[in-house]
Amino acid sequence: MVANTIKFLLNNDVVEIENLDPNTTVLQYLREQQFKSGTKEGCASGDCGACTVVLAELDAENSKQLNYKAVNACITFVGNLHGKQLITVEDLKDGAKLHHAQQTIVDNHGTQCGFCTPGFVMSSFALHKHNQNPNRDEVLEALAGNLCRCTGYRSIIDAAITSSENTDDDSFAKHYQDTLATLNEFTKLPTPTLNGNGNTYLAPQNIDELATELVREPKSTLLAGGTDLALSVTQNLAVVKKLVYIGNVAELTTLEETDTEIVIGSAVPYSEFIDTLHHYYPDLGDMIERIGAKQVRNTGTLGGNVGNASPIGDMPPALIALGATMTLHLNGVERTILVEDYFVDYKKTVLQTSEFIKSIQIPKPVAGQTLKLYKISKRLDDDISAVLAAFFIEQDGQKITKVRLAFGGMAAIPKRGPAAEAALLGKDLTKESVALAKAALATDFQPMTDVRASDKYRMTVAQNLIEKCYLELQSAHTREVIETRVVNY
Amino acid sequence: MRSLIDVKKAVTNKVQTNTDKTVINGQVGIGLGGVGRSKKHESADKQVAGAAIYVDDRPSLRGELHAAVGQSTMAHANIISMDLSAVKAAEGVVKVITVEDVPGHTDIGPVFPGDPVLAIGKVEFVGQPLFAVAATSFDLARKAVKLAKIEYEELEAVLTVKDALAKKNFVRPPHSLKRGDSDSAIAAAEHQLSGEIKVGGQEHMYLEGQVSTAEPTEDGGMNIYTSSQHPSEVQKLVAEVLDIPLNKVLVDMRRMGGGFGGKETQAAPWACIAALLANETKRPVKFKLARLDDMVMTGKRHPFENNYTVGFDEKGQIKGVNIEVNGNCGYSPDLSDAIVDRAMFHSDNAYYLDQATITGNRCKLNTVSHTAYRGFGGPQGMMTIELIMDEIARHLGKDPLEIRKINLYGKDERNVTHYDQTVEHNNLSEIIDSLEESSDYQARRQAITEYNANSSILKKGIALTPVKFGISFTVQHLNQAGALVHVYTDGTIHLSHGGSEMGQGLNTKVAQIVAEEFQVDVDTVACSAARTDKVPNSSPTAASSGTDLNGKAAEAAAKTIKQRLIDFACEKYDVEAGQVQFENNNVIVGEQTFSFAEFSQIAYMNRVSLSSTGFYKTPKIHYDRAAGKGRPFYYFATGACVSEVIIDTLTGEYKVTRTDILQDVGASINPAIDIGQIEGAFVQGMGWLTTEELVWNEQGRLLSNNPATYKIPAINDAPEDFRVALVPNAPNPERTIYNSKAVGEPPFMLGIAVWSALKDAIASVADYKVSPKLDTPATPERVLFAVEAVKASTTAGTAK
Repeated sequence: MVANTIKFLLNNDVVEIENLDPNTTVLQYLREQQFKSGTKEGCASGDCGACTVVLAELDAENSKQLNYKAVNACITFVGNLHGKQLITVEDLKDGAKLHHAQQTIVDNHGTQCGFCTPGFVMSSFALHKHNQNPNRDEVLEALAGNLCRCTGYRSIIDAAITSSENTDDDSFAKHYQDTLATLNEFTKLPTPTLNGNGNTYLAPQNIDELATELVREPKSTLLAGGTDLALSVTQNLAVVKKLVYIGNVAELTTLEETDTEIVIGSAVPYSEFIDTLHHYYPDLGDMIERIGAKQVRNTGTLGGNVGNASPIGDMPPALIALGATMTLHLNGVERTILVEDYFVDYKKTVLQTSEFIKSIQIPKPVAGQTLKLYKISKRLDDDISAVLAAFFIEQDGQKITKVRLAFGGMAAIPKRGPAAEAALLGKDLTKESVALAKAALATDFQPMTDVRASDKYRMTVAQNLIEKCYLELQSAHTREVIETRVVNY
Repeated sequence: MRSLIDVKKAVTNKVQTNTDKTVINGQVGIGLGGVGRSKKHESADKQVAGAAIYVDDRPSLRGELHAAVGQSTMAHANIISMDLSAVKAAEGVVKVITVEDVPGHTDIGPVFPGDPVLAIGKVEFVGQPLFAVAATSFDLARKAVKLAKIEYEELEAVLTVKDALAKKNFVRPPHSLKRGDSDSAIAAAEHQLSGEIKVGGQEHMYLEGQVSTAEPTEDGGMNIYTSSQHPSEVQKLVAEVLDIPLNKVLVDMRRMGGGFGGKETQAAPWACIAALLANETKRPVKFKLARLDDMVMTGKRHPFENNYTVGFDEKGQIKGVNIEVNGNCGYSPDLSDAIVDRAMFHSDNAYYLDQATITGNRCKLNTVSHTAYRGFGGPQGMMTIELIMDEIARHLGKDPLEIRKINLYGKDERNVTHYDQTVEHNNLSEIIDSLEESSDYQARRQAITEYNANSSILKKGIALTPVKFGISFTVQHLNQAGALVHVYTDGTIHLSHGGSEMGQGLNTKVAQIVAEEFQVDVDTVACSAARTDKVPNSSPTAASSGTDLNGKAAEAAAKTIKQRLIDFACEKYDVEAGQVQFENNNVIVGEQTFSFAEFSQIAYMNRVSLSSTGFYKTPKIHYDRAAGKGRPFYYFATGACVSEVIIDTLTGEYKVTRTDILQDVGASINPAIDIGQIEGAFVQGMGWLTTEELVWNEQGRLLSNNPATYKIPAINDAPEDFRVALVPNAPNPERTIYNSKAVGEPPFMLGIAVWSALKDAIASVADYKVSPKLDTPATPERVLFAVEAVKASTTAGTAK
């Protein structure tokens, strides 16, 4: 059954939308349809966080719990509000009383021009909903997607770090049970759709519904977090005719572990699998914390990062190095391939018409194996990599028994360096073998110059990272600590 | 004998300076008005609640249309033809105009001509507006402009400073400042060095993009709501393009979502185009630039390419110097003459140059016209002399701090600038000595040297750099301001002044000044939007002058009303003026005490005027540009910064780990706001020199045209250990408003310490024997290549 509407809570009011172009972003909807101008447009591309709003959702495991997530309203399509509670900066005050997330910014003189402020308020609000005593690192992680051009951030950090332990009586706490009840009611609604301006949005609820729809409408555009797709609409003024949202498909939104693998549904957002990956591969967890920012990781998915086949996506090189596989689904038929084999050429993949990514399988680590990841960008946070290097090395003593050196930003697709790998495989990991691998890398790649880096820098840094990896492994062997990363400094 | 400032007595960013409780230098602020207190920003409660209204937040006006412009795709070309038929036929389009449809002036250059409102027969940069559209929605207007068919005849484009210099392609004539015979002094000195540096530009990246709404009035005029630092100029230019008198144009500017210089001249074109379309359609028109369009179509901080030759003695003291600063001005003059002048004035930064020749070229390139940006050329000028300090130090094997100290302006000698202004009240040597001590510079320098000897991959660096920044518009007539104060019969006060609020807390400070005068709570003073019908002929809010000028003007207006109240009290109650006191929200007349509200009502009933204008002009300043001599600056603002960094010699990545700042803001009117300005300016200055990279391709197209490719500092880039202190007990010896000092721009240049510290870390790779060449922005790429170059030079040295 299909309903021609979407339904959500706008703060405490149930809102039902029909006849709205599904290309409308939440930001446009708030400002132009609801006349709520507190949420600001800074960039309309998910880079500045001025439009940050919070979505409260039912926890996947526990329907008695709400999760509060900061998202960028400028790159979230309005259909994705279905079944959730949308909270904006105007909703935080309780009568005349400012919310803790607001009052602390006032008290710390954390506003100047004030244009970024609503976004910071909302990110801080979301943080404190789950963590009333955040430490500095947690504050920085939560606010890294909010740019401020005036304050230099110190006052905002001091504000966000202020404990909210004794102020947990906001209007959301007061309405918690009502909100839960309403969102649970929403789960019983039929499959939501939205039509407007001749464009459609459909959110199938299970894999069969999705597979059938893609066979029926092969030209549909799959939508998960939309953190990349929305840019085509807001920046390139494209119109997406048929949006199919996969975030409600049960089979695509699960995170499971087997004895040997971590299985991540293609529509699981980063924020939900980061802890699992961090547990098994600390470097990978650390790297994911630098992908986009909190708002992007709350909606962006692994399926999206792999699926759009960008040469500068950060996950594909990591997955290739790990020997990860992916399961593709076409009208009831599934196949599993290496992530490495998915990419054919610039933005070209082996995905067939009507086929979609169901899940990605990451092998669990085995003794003797190491994964080293290096994300090189102009800015440490929320920046696209100039080079992403992912090195998987298995050693028997000093001897290298398996090696996969994968790179992003070095070619039209994420790919391995076969010559450099050959220089290491079967050899002891030594200064000499590393020097040979570095030299061989020059035959593996001819990187390009663009706005992020020159070809020469890309090659030099990629070679140097092999050396860094060697030094880190050596230091692990000799237990002699060499500091090698400013990122964590 | 070193004289130290007692930094322990300073107001710092470590103490919670909450609202009313701040005690300055052991004293509670003077009275209720709160001058000297950390009053919160007047809009803070609204800003955090999403209730502060910016131009784009104003409710739509009936029939409101949205504007967009078609943009040039060529850097330099004649326009052969423009086929706009598809644009006109596009969905939602109501009106399309070209320059032919402009009734008045077609050139909107702010100082000199050169900026056509819409292209006239040719284009001079990629992104130049060609024609304008009014449509029923923002998106439909943006879609429509893409449908134009433009035929060009390509002309040769000048896209590098080098090329512009070779062709003598200038937007304004070159200019020099000269003292003595620098060539001979350099030749006679014991040591000579020469070198060059490329200093990158900077995108303002105000979070609120450019936006204006034009609303036609009943008498053929126009009301403009704009995000502009210069409402009076918007008024003048709108009147000129429409060919109507100034009194028919009203400009209203409540607040900007950031300006930084980027809305001084760059706000006007969009207001003019909105007004032209509104005039044609007789409907309100809003023109909001999408972020990408804003980044492509509006000017930025000037990139500079500077070079020098310096002669110095064995101690490292400069005996003579030649500096050439070459500003990349883009295609038109805009404000570039004054910006390159300021780069020339500040080529000394804090140092006595002795015999000096400073030459400034204003290079014309086929890019967007570069414009004002916090520091206004000063930062780019300072970079050369700070480079020279580091170069001399490495050459002589000394700590750069020692070289900086030995070259500082003296107090009684060596105290005249190369443009003949005496540096008075110079406290930089105390500031530097105090900061050196409070930041533990020497011990940390030693610890860093040890760390670097034992760390093969990561290296640390540290640097202390000073700033001396001249306060006043160098264009003399701009150093004036007006204000308007009303006292109502309930004792509340309305304040208007010519300055514009862009987040810097100007309205808060000026309200504090007015409240102080009447000794009433600051909350009783409401500061309205800057409006050209309330305070006319205002100067831009720029050059750090906002509080200095408008604060004095508002004080004058308040004093006039206060004097009237005193005169009235004397007459009515038969007392002497000395028996009339304003205290604690009351007016005390002899034995009687009235509340301020009561007394306002009594004065009104007795027909006392409770409204007044105020005016101020900066004293003492004069400058003869032809001679290059005078006193362009009323005073200098000073400060210093120590920054410590760590770099990765394999990747060029880095982090700023600690920053200590000591800044002289005079007697602060609002310490919390001043500290906020210092912290924000430092981080912005650091961003300019590190991650913020503007990249144009070989066709003159800007590639770093959105925040995904242009990276301003994010929250993790702010130093984890960030200590800011205000010099205590330091009233400005000049008679500025409450003896405060300007704070908007000066601390921006404290970011230079980060660049110098990066070079210090890189130099450690070759045991500090080689001075790394590090153009800016010092991206990880430039840092890595600087490391490799230093390594290579020592290897080459050994081979010899």
